[in-house]
Amino acid sequence: MSEGNMNITLKVWRQKNSKSQGNLETYDVKGISEDMSFLEMFDVLNEKLIVEDKEPIAFDHDCREGICGMCSMYINGRPHGPLEGVTTCQLHMRSFKDGDTIVVEPWRAQAFPVVKDLVTDRSAFDRVIAAGGFVSVNTGNAQDANAIPIPKTEADKAFAAAACIGCGACVASCKNASAMLFVSAKISQLALLPQGDPERQTRAINMVNQMDAEGFGNCTNTGACAVECPKEISLENIARMNREYLSASFTSSED
Amino acid sequence: MAESTIKLDAKIPEGLLAEKWTKYRSTMPLVNPANKRNLEIIVVGTGLAGASAAATLAELGYKVKAFCFQDSPRRAHSIAAQGGINAAKNYQNDGDSTYRLFYDTIKGGDYRSREANVYRLAEVSTDIIDQCVAQGVPFAREYGGMLSNRSFGGVQVQRTFYAAGQTGQQLLLGAYSALERQVGMGAVDMFSRHEMLEVVMIDGKARGIIARNLITGELERHFGHAVVLASGGYGNVFYLSTNAMGSNVTAAWKATKHGAAFANPCFTQIHPTCIPVSGDHQSKLTLMSESLRNDGRIWVPLKKDDSRKAVDIPEEERDYYLERRYPAFGNLVPRDVASRAAKERCDAGFGVGHSKMAVYLDFAASFERYGHLEANKNNLHGLIQEEILDLGRAVVKEKYGNLFDMYKQITGEDPYQMPMRIYPAVHYTMGGLWVDYNLMTNVPGLYACGEANFSDHGANRLGASALMQGLADGYFVLPYTIGAYLSGEIRTKSIPTDHEAFVEAENAVKNRINKLLQIKGKQSPESFHKRLGKIMWDKCGMARNEAGLKEAISEIRALKDEFWTDVRVMGDVEEFNPELDKAGRVADFIELGELMCIDALNRNESCGGHFREEYQTEEGEALRDDANYIYVAAWTQKEDGSWQLNKEPLNYENIKIAQRSYK
Ligand SMILES: Cc1cc2nc3c(=O)[nH]c(=O)nc-3n(C[C@H](O)[C@H](O)[C@H](O)COP(=O)(O)OP(=O)(O)OC[C@H]3O[C@@H](n4cnc5c(N)ncnc54)[C@H](O)[C@@H]3O)c2cc1C
Ligand code: SF4
Ligand code: FES
Repeated sequence: MSEGNMNITLKVWRQKNSKSQGNLETYDVKGISEDMSFLEMFDVLNEKLIVEDKEPIAFDHDCREGICGMCSMYINGRPHGPLEGVTTCQLHMRSFKDGDTIVVEPWRAQAFPVVKDLVTDRSAFDRVIAAGGFVSVNTGNAQDANAIPIPKTEADKAFAAAACIGCGACVASCKNASAMLFVSAKISQLALLPQGDPERQTRAINMVNQMDAEGFGNCTNTGACAVECPKEISLENIARMNREYLSASFTSSED
Repeated sequence: MAESTIKLDAKIPEGLLAEKWTKYRSTMPLVNPANKRNLEIIVVGTGLAGASAAATLAELGYKVKAFCFQDSPRRAHSIAAQGGINAAKNYQNDGDSTYRLFYDTIKGGDYRSREANVYRLAEVSTDIIDQCVAQGVPFAREYGGMLSNRSFGGVQVQRTFYAAGQTGQQLLLGAYSALERQVGMGAVDMFSRHEMLEVVMIDGKARGIIARNLITGELERHFGHAVVLASGGYGNVFYLSTNAMGSNVTAAWKATKHGAAFANPCFTQIHPTCIPVSGDHQSKLTLMSESLRNDGRIWVPLKKDDSRKAVDIPEEERDYYLERRYPAFGNLVPRDVASRAAKERCDAGFGVGHSKMAVYLDFAASFERYGHLEANKNNLHGLIQEEILDLGRAVVKEKYGNLFDMYKQITGEDPYQMPMRIYPAVHYTMGGLWVDYNLMTNVPGLYACGEANFSDHGANRLGASALMQGLADGYFVLPYTIGAYLSGEIRTKSIPTDHEAFVEAENAVKNRINKLLQIKGKQSPESFHKRLGKIMWDKCGMARNEAGLKEAISEIRALKDEFWTDVRVMGDVEEFNPELDKAGRVADFIELGELMCIDALNRNESCGGHFREEYQTEEGEALRDDANYIYVAAWTQKEDGSWQLNKEPLNYENIKIAQRSYK
């Protein structure tokens, strides 16, 4: 089975379920090739564990090309590992050296409880979106797509904010477990587009309130989130969200 | 045996092609708003098809329950679609129209799809773009503020809308936000990390599902007046494909156990531009979007086994084989044609890279062309060649930046400096559950939409048409057609889930799960999946022949026996257990693999993605047999587990069928 010549020591968080205590277990994986992805190394390890009649390590993943936001490993103290601008599934073993010891843990945040091993529950993000991360337009209500021209620069900014994959690395990287980067990306995307304009105030207020209700922490401007974000979502979005929220709070308290 | 074939009525409305849908829609029975509140609909899947259907049905007033196996509906496989979505908007004023999109799709599908369905698809395509823009989907725009378009294969107009290389993500987030809005309003109950494992049938109608809560392992019973399967395609039967790791056939497969017909299973799409396999460890293949063929040129060296670096091979020693063989469409021939041409060159010994199973996709000419355009636009004169190329690279980066990054991550090579190496890989499945014009399977009350149905793409899907079809089904077709069925159900009260049919269905699921866990053999589900994939790729892949298919069938049967005696499923029932999920899916894939080979063996012709080596023209093009095979092959399972072929003849009343030519 071995294809390469890297030998790696993994220390992996094992936890049976949300109620039990977890701990780090040590595993040796041998014969890893540098062309393998980080998750493929876990595949190799899991196959080995099954042969040894041990329970494989649970981890989330699906697309394995950096777009679904499912993969979520906290690698040597950094969400998605050492590289910037990539997800765990896009990390390849050529970023490590033979003989390395790698510590792998789940996202840690009160709002993201551990389900099992490296798998967490990020449904809080869905609830924040359900609180206001949309334009209220029923199917069939729309006018012609080119009826409202949108300046390319604005459209590009909205697109950059919309690139968020909802992985939660921003929360995991933040010492306060704040979800500001995620929430602000959606608020910004819609605030930058004319289609999102009518609801911008209620959207900002409702999403922020839901974010708080989910138990995410406050933002103290450390900026760790933007550094670790695999989609390089910018801190400007947080500034924009603060403006949206403030102006919304003023206006809505008037009526 | 013929006596047991079922009659498949496609229920295509009467009338002129261009009027069928409008007329039908305007005259079909409706459900009044008060009754809608009492009607419950189950939607399995929250990809483009499922999320758009669930949201729209809830907007209409139905009570909806939606299911997905990922941790959030936003992560469905649709999220990974890269290149774009087609619509006959004719914004480019280049001669596009509903008819042209219809014609291109029928021809692209090698004359194996239904005229009426495809025409409707082309008709509603424009509404999709309007709806998505209204939701805040940030499509690419021109400087004047208008939407931008590009070309995809098999087409000579620019009708593809896109959002850089992440069109699927932006469209899905649009549909997901519409869905979450309904969740927030209490109109949709969302069940993430739930896997549907059985259809519940009562008095011959689909009335619910059994789903496993993937976190606790509990089995749950859910009632619905109708059940919609939007569970995606089955490309992962090949193990290696561009599909997400979790994509599977299980939901559709459970439907076949209740008599639903599975249509054209052998019609699979092999995509020409994917990153080649690098070793045995490989768990999936990564697509490099077809949109790259707008700006990239495909070539191999003229000399066999040329080991020089790509940049060292002079222009006159390169074979731009697509441009050579198909001058009219060049690099933008349809996928099946491009894939076979790549295989032909590699098999003949002209492949590149260390495996020799790859061809080049080269952007050098585009860097130069765009570089000059940019220099002119910005009045920059006297630039050196490298500066011009850099200007061009910046333009290409804006169009496809994330794809170039992805390529670099995976291969460790920089495609801005050297051509990409690409090879065909399994990508999409045109086959799927048979549905009529209403998107209902032959099981009453059971619907299928998106990639899960056998759809509108015939034997080959054109690029950027899956997103179009998924959203057409979910936003604009199913929400109407399901009303016609439900208008007959307004007197049916919700059926309590202690009904014996639910109890029996749950027990069936329980027994199967226990059986899987109790085998306690030696081999992992993953290892069986790999072996199945190898059989399928070697014998039912890009080229097929009678002997190979027969071998494959017996190998798969043996694999099935081995699976059920020697699989090792770790963990317990009542917990989060991805190994158990995987085992169930692999078991279904094995059965499907056999059916695909049976179908491929039955179809003694080549058409679209189905290439039987025995049937080709002298130039190596697919040779159809319209006299004998112009039908949908819809398979139903018999009591003894064997498969019955049922034929739905295809009638072409508006298009003259012809040998497909892109020369
Ligand atoms: C890499 C890639 C790029 C592509 N690019 C393009 C493109 O540019 N343009 C284009 O038109 N097409 C493209 N396609 C094709 C297109 O993305 C798919 O055909 C389309 O997104 C399928 O959508 P869907 O809604 O039918 O299914 P999916 O998006 O696959 O969704 C399936 C849903 O069903 C759920 N599900 C499945 N089984 C069960 C079960 N048993 N229980 C509960 N839930 C279940 C899943 O959780 C998921 O929510 C691409 C495909 C790939 C692989
Ligand atoms: S903002 Fe970045 S880190 Fe946070 S969820 Fe979005 S993509 Fe992930
Ligand atoms: S598995 Fe989809 S982003 Fe990593």
